[in-house]
This record gives sequence, structure tokens and C-alpha cells, in this order.
Amino acid sequence: MISCANLVKTYNIGKDNELTVLHDVSFSVDTGEFVAIIGTSGSGKSTLMHILGALDRPTSGSYVLNNHDMLALSDDELADIRGRNIGFVFQSFNLLSRATVLRNVMLPLIYDNVVPVQERHARAEQALHAAGLPEDRWDHLSNQLSGGQMQRVAIARALVNNPSIIFADEPTGNLDSKTGEIVLDTFQKLNEEHGHTIILITHERYVAEHASRIIEIKDGHIVSDSQNATPRRVHMTS
Amino acid sequence: MHFSDLSNETYAALVGNKVRSSLTILGIVIGIGSVIAMISIGQGAQESVEDSIESIGSNLLMVYPGASRTTGMRGVSQGAGSAETLTTEDADAVSSSIQGISGVAPEVSTRVQIVANGNNTNTSVVGVTDTYADVRNITLDTGSFITASQTKGYAKVAVLGPTTRDDLFGENTDAIGQKIRMNGVIFTVIGILTEEGGTGFGSADDRILIPLSTEQQYITGSKAINTLYIKVAEDADMDTVQSNVTDVLMKTHNIADGGTADFTVYNQADIVETASSVTGTFTLLLGAVAGISLLVGGIGIMNMMLTTVTERTREIGLRKALGAKNKEITFQFLAEAVALTTIGGVIGIIFGWGTSTIIGAVSDLSTSVTLSPILLAFGVSATIGIIFGWYPARKASRLSPIEALRYE
Repeated sequence: MISCANLVKTYNIGKDNELTVLHDVSFSVDTGEFVAIIGTSGSGKSTLMHILGALDRPTSGSYVLNNHDMLALSDDELADIRGRNIGFVFQSFNLLSRATVLRNVMLPLIYDNVVPVQERHARAEQALHAAGLPEDRWDHLSNQLSGGQMQRVAIARALVNNPSIIFADEPTGNLDSKTGEIVLDTFQKLNEEHGHTIILITHERYVAEHASRIIEIKDGHIVSDSQNATPRRVHMTS
Repeated sequence: MHFSDLSNETYAALVGNKVRSSLTILGIVIGIGSVIAMISIGQGAQESVEDSIESIGSNLLMVYPGASRTTGMRGVSQGAGSAETLTTEDADAVSSSIQGISGVAPEVSTRVQIVANGNNTNTSVVGVTDTYADVRNITLDTGSFITASQTKGYAKVAVLGPTTRDDLFGENTDAIGQKIRMNGVIFTVIGILTEEGGTGFGSADDRILIPLSTEQQYITGSKAINTLYIKVAEDADMDTVQSNVTDVLMKTHNIADGGTADFTVYNQADIVETASSVTGTFTLLLGAVAGISLLVGGIGIMNMMLTTVTERTREIGLRKALGAKNKEITFQFLAEAVALTTIGGVIGIIFGWGTSTIIGAVSDLSTSVTLSPILLAFGVSATIGIIFGWYPARKASRLSPIEALRYE
């Protein structure tokens, strides 16, 4: 599904402060994997996620997502890929605060031009069920929710267009550990029960251990890439 | 992105910031409203000026002595009317030799000191003939007008304007039969003119009409006249009669073809045109002042949209991450700007219309709302919305999604 080779990203090319944050990064991800990319701040993991998520372009190298040569696509084509094949979950949720939960979840569908208008509502409900947000919250404004609920709305929004891959950038970073567990459990369920491919970016080993494969990145290089045979499980008490 | 999505998003964005949206709309309302109200006042003034000139008689030609000032580049030009080249004979020549004329009224006017009843006043004494009342649309309040035989017989009779009557004999007294003295000659008052309104120097109500012959004999002492009014029977004949009058006067004044005429013929249309151009300038000035407030309203829109773009940078980044194309972001912000100007435009038109109706109702100004300033104001505001909304919209769409998402 994802295959990238020799990815290099250099900022401020030709200037005094030229900075290469990714050096020769190569790896591939198959459909149905739950991969954690772990690294300290400044390691290049966010830059890598931006490139994989079609938000940015590498300076050199190759990147193929679902048989699309991502380097050859125009900005509008990349926007289409983001809208149809990729779901994002951000650390700070990035919900429209004055909009209801349902409107937030349906937001990607207005740019997608594929899902018919009359199906949007059903798709949003389905995604909210999958993300595990109780139905009595669906008509609330998103700023009336708790952090954990907001992140579930964000997950539902990432799911609503049936993406082939979901990128989660520090999804537990703004949550307390218990709520974080619930969110990580949601990702595991989406991966194991619904077969979604998930790439989770984090700086915490503990969080990364919920994934079935861990790629460690340091100073722009992949330093380890290993399967995690026994992902950490969440023991839900409630 | 469907049109319904665009309108839903626009609605949500504008309602999401009610206070700012309404203040921006208010700017446009004031801009468009004042353009419409100001122009309606200007056009009302224009129409009332035209009406009052038309009321003098639309089929009137006026001949003044002296050449028109616009025709030559001669050293010092005498103003039309100050030369003494027109005489009573010219009036006779015109009335006897030209077809299509319903009346000819020569006039000579000068300011004289008048004494009556121990009171003293200084006013215009106008020498006229019996045809004057018909040609100049003059009516009498009481008494009778100067007759042809009085003109022929150098009669010492006078018709007073109501203001002059008030000055000499006291307000609304019956002055018929009273005596007044001008240049040592005693005149008998035979009529009082109907009040026409208008105040100040040269008011139609403050003058004395006496027979032309009497004025020439006892007051001016010359055969010259100041103005020759010619009433044309049919409006359609105005141009023909005007050129015939010129021809006849050229002949009686012995001026060869191509020579410079020592008189000037004006018609009513020229005067209406001049007055209209003056009030037109006035309208333009009012419109320009109002246009500035419309421009300020437009800048208000740009200001609001730029603030909005900065404030919603993260939202723009998010929308892009969710698959929005640059074009779609541009349309969204443009739609907000256009919605603001459209709402402001509609309210502004109602507001401007209402204001001009109220001004027309409570003040002496007459107002007239026409379609063109409405279309103009609305067109300008729509253009402003698009132009001033375009720049912030472009700015928003060009943000890189990553930087926009990171923006704090």
C-alpha cells in the first residue's frame, strides 16, 4: 500500500540555514498494518508523516501510495488523494468548535465529490459508531465535549470517507492517560475489527507499543523497524 | 463541493461571528444607502429646477442685445443684454414677418426710486406691452393688465408686484387707484400680480410693470429694449422659428450673412440644459461624497476578510488536509465577502429609499429615487465585494496546509 524509497527532505535549500530533516528513508507498509513511528521531537517523524499524508512533498526519493506515484501528482490531485484515501487525526483535534459533532464528521464529504449528499448522514453515523462516540452527543457542539470525546469525533471524521489509510499524529498528546488508553483502544479495534491501515506517530514508547509494528526514527534516519508480536492491550473497566 | 455546501459553509461562517458580520454589513448599508439618498436628493433638485423653468413656458425664445459671448475671441466682450442694439422696431419686424408665433413681448427694465404714500422703495420698473401677460404666463391677483391702447397712448398706469405693493402701501392693502411717483411722473396703479414666490434681488414679486412706450418716453429715454420674448405656437417649430428670427433680425440690423450678430437668440431648451448641467454637477458631487463612504464600506469588508483569514488559518489548514482544493478555499472566502455585500446592498437600498422618502416628506427638498443609482450602488458594492474579497481569499487558499495547521 505504502512504498517509499530514499526519501529526503531538505528545508531552505541553498540558504545558510539549510537543514536536512530526512535522510534516505525507505520502508513499506501493507494493507491492514498498524504501524507506530516513534522518535523524539526533531527526529523528523512529523515531516515524514506530512510527506506520507500528501501534505508536503519530499525533496527527492519516491513515494507510491495505492499505486499513485505521489511525486508526479498536481496539488489538486494530491488534495483529491487526501480527501478520498487518507484520514487524519491530529494531536489538537482541530474540530470546528462552533459546529455540531455531525457537521464536523461530515466536513470531509463536502470536498470529496464522490459520496452522494443524501448518504452523508448515514456515513457520518456509521463512522461515529465505529469511533465509539455515544449517540446522545451527536448533536452537541464540538466545544461542549470532553477531550476524549473530541478525539473520537476527530477519529470519526477521519473514517467518514472510508480512507485506505489513517494517520494519527500524537493522538493522545493532549489527553490524560486514561482517555488516551480509550483512544488507543479505538485504533486497535479499527485495525483488528475493521481492517483499517493505521500509522501512528508518537514520541512515547508506551503509546507505540499498542501497534503491531514499530519504526523508530532518529535524526532523519530509520534506526529500527520491528514487529511487535504482543501489542499492549487496554483493559477497559467501564 | 456542491453549491448547497458552499452556501451552508458561508452561512455558518457569517453566523458564527454575528457582531463582526453585522458591523461589516452596516458599513455597506451606510455606503449604498447614502449613495441612493444623496443621488435622489440631487435628482429631485434637478427635476424641480427643470419643472420651474418649464413652467415659464417651454416654447419661449428670448432675444438679448449684444453678441453671444461664446462665439468670439474679441478683446473685451460686452455681456449679452448690456448693449442697446434691440429696439421696439425689431419686435414689430418679428411679429409681422414670421409665421408660427403666438406672441411677441418686448421688455425693457431698469431700477428706479419709487415714492408713494410717503413710502420709498427702489425696484425694477419693467416696460411691457399687452402681450406680455400671455407670453410670460403672468396672472393678476386684482385689477387689470396693461392694454394695447394704453401702450399706444403712453398711459401712466402701473401693475405692481405683491411685494412692491406691500412695501409701498402695507401688506395686502387694496392699492388699485393709488398714485405712485417715479422720476417725477405720477402713475396710477391698475393691477396687482399674483404672488409667484421666490425671494431676494430680482424676485418676480418685487417689480412694477408699466407700458413699454411710457417707460421709454419718461424713464429710459431711449428706443432700446432689454429682452424680446417670442412665444412659439407649436413646440415642433422652435428650431425653425429660432432661425427665422435670427434671419429677420440680421436683415433689419443690416448685417451681411456670415457677419457677427449684435443680438443673441436663446431658447428654453438651452436654459433648461444649462440649469440641468448645474444640478447634474450638484448630483455628481453628492454622489461622489456618498461613493467615498461606499468605498470605506468595501475596505471594511476587506479588513474583516483579512482578519478572518488570519483567525481561521488552522481551519483552512484542516480543510486542506481533509481534501479541499485551493479553488474551493478561494470560493468559500469569496462567497462570504459576496454574501456580506449582497445583504448590505439589499438593506442599503431599502434604507436609502426610506431615507429619501422621509427627507422628501419632512423637508422642502424634493427627492426622486430612480433605478440607475440603485443599479449603480449595487453594482459597485458587488464589485467591491468581489475585488476586496478576492485578495483575502487568494491569500487563504495559498497557505501551505502544514504551516496553516501549525499556526497558533
